[in-house]
Amino acid sequence: MPEPTGVIHDIGYQRYTGPRLGRRAVFGALYLHGLRTAFGLGRSAKAKIFPWLVVGIVTLVAAAATAVRSQIGEVVMTYAQFADNMSWLVIFFVAVVAPELVSRDLLSGVLPLYFSRPLPRSDYPVAKLLALATALWLLLGGPQLVMFLGAAFTGGDGMRGVWNELLDLLPGLLYAGLWAAVFASVGLLVASLTGKRAFAAGGIVAVFLMTTPIVGVLSIMPSQTINELAFLASPSTLVGSVGAWALGDLLGPQASVPIGGFGPVYAVAAVLLVAGCVALLLQRYRKVAAR
Amino acid sequence: MTLIATESLTKTYGGGVTALADLTVAVEPGIIGLVGANGAGKSTLIKILLGLLAPTSGRVRVLGLDPTTDSAQVRARVGYMPEHDALPPDLSAAELVTHLGRVSGLPRTVARERASEALRHVGLYEERYRPVGGYSTGMKQRVKLAQALVHDPDLLLLDEPTNGLDPAGRDAMLALVHRIGTEFGISVLVCSHLLGEVERICDTLVAIDGGRLLRADHISAMTSAIDVLAVEVSEGIEDLAARLAALDLPVRRDGRLLLVELVDDATYDLILGAVAELDLPLHRLDQRRHRVAELFATREPSHA
Repeated sequence: MPEPTGVIHDIGYQRYTGPRLGRRAVFGALYLHGLRTAFGLGRSAKAKIFPWLVVGIVTLVAAAATAVRSQIGEVVMTYAQFADNMSWLVIFFVAVVAPELVSRDLLSGVLPLYFSRPLPRSDYPVAKLLALATALWLLLGGPQLVMFLGAAFTGGDGMRGVWNELLDLLPGLLYAGLWAAVFASVGLLVASLTGKRAFAAGGIVAVFLMTTPIVGVLSIMPSQTINELAFLASPSTLVGSVGAWALGDLLGPQASVPIGGFGPVYAVAAVLLVAGCVALLLQRYRKVAAR
Repeated sequence: MTLIATESLTKTYGGGVTALADLTVAVEPGIIGLVGANGAGKSTLIKILLGLLAPTSGRVRVLGLDPTTDSAQVRARVGYMPEHDALPPDLSAAELVTHLGRVSGLPRTVARERASEALRHVGLYEERYRPVGGYSTGMKQRVKLAQALVHDPDLLLLDEPTNGLDPAGRDAMLALVHRIGTEFGISVLVCSHLLGEVERICDTLVAIDGGRLLRADHISAMTSAIDVLAVEVSEGIEDLAARLAALDLPVRRDGRLLLVELVDDATYDLILGAVAELDLPLHRLDQRRHRVAELFATREPSHA
């Protein structure tokens, strides 16, 4: 170990007598760290490429839609439709970011360093989950805000136009929140099962994409009830169906999903899916912490 | 104040594996060596002390708190350095230790300052801004120690801190642990399967085997009054033994050596006088400090 030649005065070890923050501050630190990690902030340039590529694409799409609307006056997509149209990108974003948030920690063995600190065991997964959900919501909500600003201030209807746009925007943001909640909880649960990032990413894509053919098969079964419930089989169609039921024409007539009168069933299913994933996630970390 | 106290502490894992059996021990603040073979129950004991595992039965107190009920308070005052790799390769040491400092409840700026300080104390300077993935094993061990130190704990639990280090690295790590225990005013529990290592730095030694307590005592009590002189002559070893016995010196035969208890400097003169009188060729006369290992070695037959 070469001794440093510069002047470093060893003032000795200093005991710390200042404040020690409580659970909320610690949870906040974990949450913010997770949110920064999701976008590759404070990480290597390599970790920034993918998240910002996705952010760039969605922003570009929103800007293009806004431009078309202000020039031609034709609404290319509503705020709520935006989330639907971006679902593929959201899946890939989750597949990259969720393993970054949890699988990496599992593989590197850093978890004992967290669990030997005062935070309760459940705070770690919950903070990570909220961070991922927030990242997804920002990913879908940010471009909607761009569309809103573009539409509201080029419409020429004055304050009334802005107000009408706002009434359209808010359901869109709520719908983005539903996408974020479902995709974050499912994605994070899958990622928490393995320390290998590639496996985790593959698993997440598989859960979201491989379930789509099941929907296809069920929707051509010779029973109308099965057809109308078919969209429960895949997270993306589940979210889309809840949207179709709750938002109706905001998603546009062409996007309407034939779910019959089962709308409330879909809403309950979405809530149960999120709750189930969170419960399993907490269960998983109860086991991991004791290792 | 008692630093750590356990009372009939027992931990049985599912499947009937007993990791700790009826362990009762109490230690005072200072540097404590916890020694035992692999699988003796050292890591299980540490996890119970941290409140990560619940004991099957028995009681335990750390810093006067019960980790089974007040685990958060205990963990706020304890720093833990795990045995295995625990560092994400793409973060720099400074970022990781700062982040973990915040998880321990330090305000943001304080966490950054104390992380730098902790890394400096363990001997990491400019390299702390590089990703941990490129560090040597010795540097990684230092980062692990720094993160245990960042929140200024009252007790450090170090699980095999010299694991994977070369002899020079081991010496440096042990010197660092000794400095933390003596100069920083932080009590340290060092786990090791190498008795020879921890006995060099600790005040108290706790030896466990198969989850049971072998012995716990101050190191001075274990090594006092057992300094011996080893005498080697190439012939006439029986004659010399008889002569020394006649001089009232307690003599033991150990292979080709005679072991004579060292009472004071006069013992040297008596032995040299005896050798000269018998006109024997003296090969060797040296002082031997009994290693603590020998204390356990003589106990083991009764244990097994």
